[in-house]
Amino acid sequence: MMMFILRRIFQTIPVMIGVTFVVFFIMQLVPGDPAVLLAGEGASKETIEGIREQLGLNQPLYVQYTDYLMNIFRGDLGVSLKNSQPVLDEILVRLPITIELAFFSILITIVLGMAAGIISAIKPYSLTDVSVMLIALLGISLPSFWFGLMLMYLFSVKLQILPVAGWDSILHIILPAVTLGAGGAAIVARMTRSSMLEVIRQDYIRTARSKGLRETVIIYKHALRNALIPVITVVGLQFGALLGGTVLVESIFAINGLGRMIVDAIRMRDLPIVQGGVLCASLIFVIVNLFVDIFYRFFNKRIELN
Amino acid sequence: MSLEVKTVQPNVIVNPTVSKPESKLKGFLSQLLMNKAATVGAFIIIIYILLAVFAPLIAPYSPYEIDLENKMMPPSSDHWMGTDDKGRDILSRILYGSRLSMGVGFAAVLFGAFIGIIFGLVAGYYGRWVDTVIMRIMDVMLAFPGILLALAIIAALGPSLINVTIAVGAFSVPLFARIVRGSTLEVKRLEYIDAIRSLGANDFTIIFKHIFPNILSPIIVQATLRLATAILSAAGLSFLGLGAQPPSPEWGTMLSSGRDFLFSAPFIALFPGIAISILVLGFNIFGDGLRDAFDPRMKK
Repeated sequence: MMMFILRRIFQTIPVMIGVTFVVFFIMQLVPGDPAVLLAGEGASKETIEGIREQLGLNQPLYVQYTDYLMNIFRGDLGVSLKNSQPVLDEILVRLPITIELAFFSILITIVLGMAAGIISAIKPYSLTDVSVMLIALLGISLPSFWFGLMLMYLFSVKLQILPVAGWDSILHIILPAVTLGAGGAAIVARMTRSSMLEVIRQDYIRTARSKGLRETVIIYKHALRNALIPVITVVGLQFGALLGGTVLVESIFAINGLGRMIVDAIRMRDLPIVQGGVLCASLIFVIVNLFVDIFYRFFNKRIELN
Repeated sequence: MSLEVKTVQPNVIVNPTVSKPESKLKGFLSQLLMNKAATVGAFIIIIYILLAVFAPLIAPYSPYEIDLENKMMPPSSDHWMGTDDKGRDILSRILYGSRLSMGVGFAAVLFGAFIGIIFGLVAGYYGRWVDTVIMRIMDVMLAFPGILLALAIIAALGPSLINVTIAVGAFSVPLFARIVRGSTLEVKRLEYIDAIRSLGANDFTIIFKHIFPNILSPIIVQATLRLATAILSAAGLSFLGLGAQPPSPEWGTMLSSGRDFLFSAPFIALFPGIAISILVLGFNIFGDGLRDAFDPRMKK
């Protein structure tokens, strides 16, 4: 197990470096001279040359990339073009909010998704199963930005039981977390159902039934444990979609998280913020995937040993 | 001197029985038609395509016609879906908008599929270091969560519908590459490929004439399901103001304008959302049906 963990960590490092390379490379696609862009309109030739010198833009690309990578290791992600604040400081203010939103959303994804999947699998092809799976299919197809607006209209405008926007109390978390977690819950529900159905047809479940075990024991003690393994991978992948989804949900509910920071920065052409924000979210996703893989292996191992 | 390469009917993973192409197609179509959900999905997609093509004939008003006297009118017999904040007919805008939203989705998937298929074919066929390099690049692209890679590309290229198409397409590349690589690895080991190679066919001919046509099934399934995601992503980016710009009747842009009037005129945001949801649902259930129809395990 230890070897596996070390090997996975070792495999993650090139991916992380690759992510920094892609982010760096994409920012090179910006049309025009970045020094001119930074200096603003009407800047003198000397000013532009000074910026170019200061930021190392006159260096070859590979030198610029090496400097960029070294700066990341030192925790220097550059400064915002808008307020000259270090990008890392801006990220550290916003990140806890996004992590909180992601945590509650993934909780909804897991609890709601698995519950719906189990309910469906217990009585396959029944009215309940068909209804739950139909709702799940709808859940996958609804645009989160529209679903969020409709929830806002229903619960904040019509029923007036939940706040419209902001991030001050637990009540503020409910609508954004449901908006973000619902799509993932639909995918987890479908996966749990098909995985459960596959396990339920196995011989050892038939044996458990013939032994006269209660249905709840069979479902929760024998079937669910094995059925959960593929679901773990789906939940891990959903975390990525969820991190990307925060961009939309934070914008709808006016939450000052990482996603909204990136969108605002794109609108204001504040490229260091975009670069830092995308890099940070991607590195988090890579690390989460690493943990999911280790967890998956651990879970699988335990079942094998049992 | 040219060597004539005879077409060999391959014994392919997707259809283990060797049969005539016509009967294969017939079998696939009957399998697809037996799947009720897939038929409903196909029906939805066809209706949307027809509405998009004939939008100028069907739409009761111009999508850009401003009528401030009738602004934010709720649904009525004159305006079935009501009017927006500038008095424009929402139904007409949705009909015209289907051209943009579906167009961006199709273009993005075509772009992503084209690059992804080439990468996947080359990686799977040549293997060794070529495979390692290409697939590690694809792994890195997959390390970007959700639409964040698309956001970074738009940040660099600037907000516009064309850049959204490129960004959403780029975000599909690694998914196609992975699927195509896997299928290529399986097909290239089959005997008929060795036979063609021994007849003197070059790599280009083997890859594009003999491997590619036999790995189409997973590509078609993936493309259908990706269309749903591409339409959602493109609409989402336009919703954020990073794609189509007002007064464009693109669905995401319409939803974004409707957000400002959620309290007074919720129908402005309601209908474009329903339009997106039904179309995405159509692609999802059609994609699921296609996957089942192509899956040999489903054939009894």
